Amino acid sequence: MAGMCLLMLKTNICKVEFKNPVIAASGTFGFGEEYSAFYDVGRLGGICTKGLTLNKKEGNKGIRLHETRAGLINSIGLQNPGIDCFIENELPKMKKMNTVIIANLGGGSIEEYAEGVKKLSESEVDMIELNISCPNVKSGGMAFGIKSETAFEVVSKVKGYCKKPLIVKLSPNAENIVDMAVKCCEAGADALSLINTFKAMAIDIYKRKPVFDNIFAGLSGPCIKPIALRMVYEVCKEVNVPVIGIGGIESFKDAIEFIMAGATAVEVGTANFINPMVCLEIIDGIKKFMEDEGIKNIEEIRGIARR
Amino acid sequence: MQLSYKSCKVAENINLSEDIYKLKVEGDYDIKAGQFFMIKSLNEEPILPRPISVHDFEEGYVSFLYQKKGRGTSIMAKLNVNDEIKLTGPLGNGFDAENIKGKIAVVAGGIGIAPMLYTVKSLKNCDIDLYVGFKDEVYEVDEFKKFVSNIYIATESGKYGYKGYVTDIFSPFEYNAVLCCGPEVMMEKVVKVCRDYATPIFVSMEKHMACGIGACLGCTCETKDGNKRVCKDGPVFYGRDVFINA
Ligand SMILES: Cc1cc2nc3c(=O)[nH]c(=O)nc-3n(C[C@H](O)[C@H](O)[C@H](O)COP(=O)(O)OP(=O)(O)OC[C@H]3O[C@@H](n4cnc5c(N)ncnc54)[C@H](O)[C@@H]3O)c2cc1C
Ligand SMILES: Cc1cc2nc3c(=O)[nH]c(=O)nc-3n(C[C@H](O)[C@H](O)[C@H](O)COP(=O)(O)O)c2cc1C
Ligand code: FES
Repeated sequence: MAGMCLLMLKTNICKVEFKNPVIAASGTFGFGEEYSAFYDVGRLGGICTKGLTLNKKEGNKGIRLHETRAGLINSIGLQNPGIDCFIENELPKMKKMNTVIIANLGGGSIEEYAEGVKKLSESEVDMIELNISCPNVKSGGMAFGIKSETAFEVVSKVKGYCKKPLIVKLSPNAENIVDMAVKCCEAGADALSLINTFKAMAIDIYKRKPVFDNIFAGLSGPCIKPIALRMVYEVCKEVNVPVIGIGGIESFKDAIEFIMAGATAVEVGTANFINPMVCLEIIDGIKKFMEDEGIKNIEEIRGIARR
Repeated sequence: MQLSYKSCKVAENINLSEDIYKLKVEGDYDIKAGQFFMIKSLNEEPILPRPISVHDFEEGYVSFLYQKKGRGTSIMAKLNVNDEIKLTGPLGNGFDAENIKGKIAVVAGGIGIAPMLYTVKSLKNCDIDLYVGFKDEVYEVDEFKKFVSNIYIATESGKYGYKGYVTDIFSPFEYNAVLCCGPEVMMEKVVKVCRDYATPIFVSMEKHMACGIGACLGCTCETKDGNKRVCKDGPVFYGRDVFINA
């Protein structure tokens, strides 16, 4: 019986098998170790690593977090130990977690992305999520995720070196999200994930200056969900690759909405901070919803809300 | 017992002074001095939990001393007995109470006194003096009497004790170690005088937090060994490692 329940939730993305469609989003789950204190992270569909770059990055200075109504603005700035250090120290631990490991890759130039993809291709990660959407690093990151032509260039170049399934993570700050999605697929993306954070800001009225040293930072959390959902809906209509829905998901209902909009799986970010058990609650909630509604296979409801 | 996320029942939530409250909740934990919890009410807003130090801990009850500042702590101030709140913790490294020995000074600024009660209770075989500075109102100091030898108080308004800052009345001379919590400017001053006397000093740092467990890298503080997470590698640091220029 238990086996059957698991089967109902089983999900495939680019021939990689996921136990269920719930994945921990990049930058909110570290390398999985911290949340292992609360539950067996092997129950998750997958884990996206903190955004990695070719070389170690110390991240941004000043305040990095600012809470707003139903949301969080962050300016972490891709602090990470660098790909080599990740492969040597973190990946072996992650491989023991018994879930799909997705390496999230950031970069400041096409060459840097290409080098990163080469290294990760030789490692034991299951998939690569190309982050062309981080608003928090001055040199690049999101710069590649605004104009479809620029994104096309990076993705085609990277695809040439990539030996793992390649997910391209889109920014809601793209000029035209549908065109962006289509161009990334033409360039060779095996799957898409969307969305990353919205470029946003806050001002400290007592200090009379922006809260963040970088002025702009990324907005996430429940407040972005309706827009994220709309973008996923629009993109799913136009592309034939699997789409991973991200943005403000904090309950099984949110996750089901994204699936009904056409998403193959979802990533959960900020909600982990609100409730460290949330990913498990979402998985159990989806299962219960399917049982209650007499849905045998998640495929039955994927994209069902589309017209 | 390890880190957990669970509902706890409010046993007491009292207003001690103008904007200072003491919250006592039911809960059994294994807690080290200087550790903290991420506290969240059942309200949907604000969405993030708030980091609050363990003020006191006795069989079955954890106490917090907090200052009402903004949205999160204002909601905490409205909690009633038997209300449920969510607690994640205990978190952070805490003070290394086992290895702190001899004549100890605890230096606190305002609400920085919060983590110090359970800390002085946890220090064994130490001779402790408390130095504490407030703006105007003095609170919670009496609770320390049983556990420390001397208490020195400064108030900015001069309402009680020395008129001025706690840093004016504190000297590390004759102490084996100093434990400090308060505003950054104050801690930096204390680290500076401790350097002059070569006295070891431990400071408890504050940064905005989201996860509280080391996963988001939102709370990093610069140290002589690069960025460290206040929630996981801290909140207690060796003073000169974080106030590098002090
Ligand atoms: C390890 C640690 C232990 C703490 N222990 C105590 C304690 O025992 N008693 C107590 O009164 N306060 C303590 N604080 C400070 C307390 O967390 C803040 O006062 C509280 O988060 C303010 O929330 P707010 O919503 O009321 O204020 P707002 O100003 O509305 O908060 C806005 C945002 O800024 C964050 N923030 C604001 N001030 C601080 C601050 N000083 N430190 C961290 N985050 C802040 C909030 O968490 C929130 O995300 C501690 C902080 C840390 C990091
Ligand atoms: C603190 C924080 C750090 C993040 N770091 C990364 C990152 O390194 N790489 C990345 O692709 N996305 C990063 N993101 C974006 C999330 O993965 C996710 O796309 C976004 O937050 C929207 O989802 P949410 O509303 O569920 O959080 C980060 C988000 C947050 C809040
Ligand atoms: S609050 Fe997330 S790493 Fe410290």
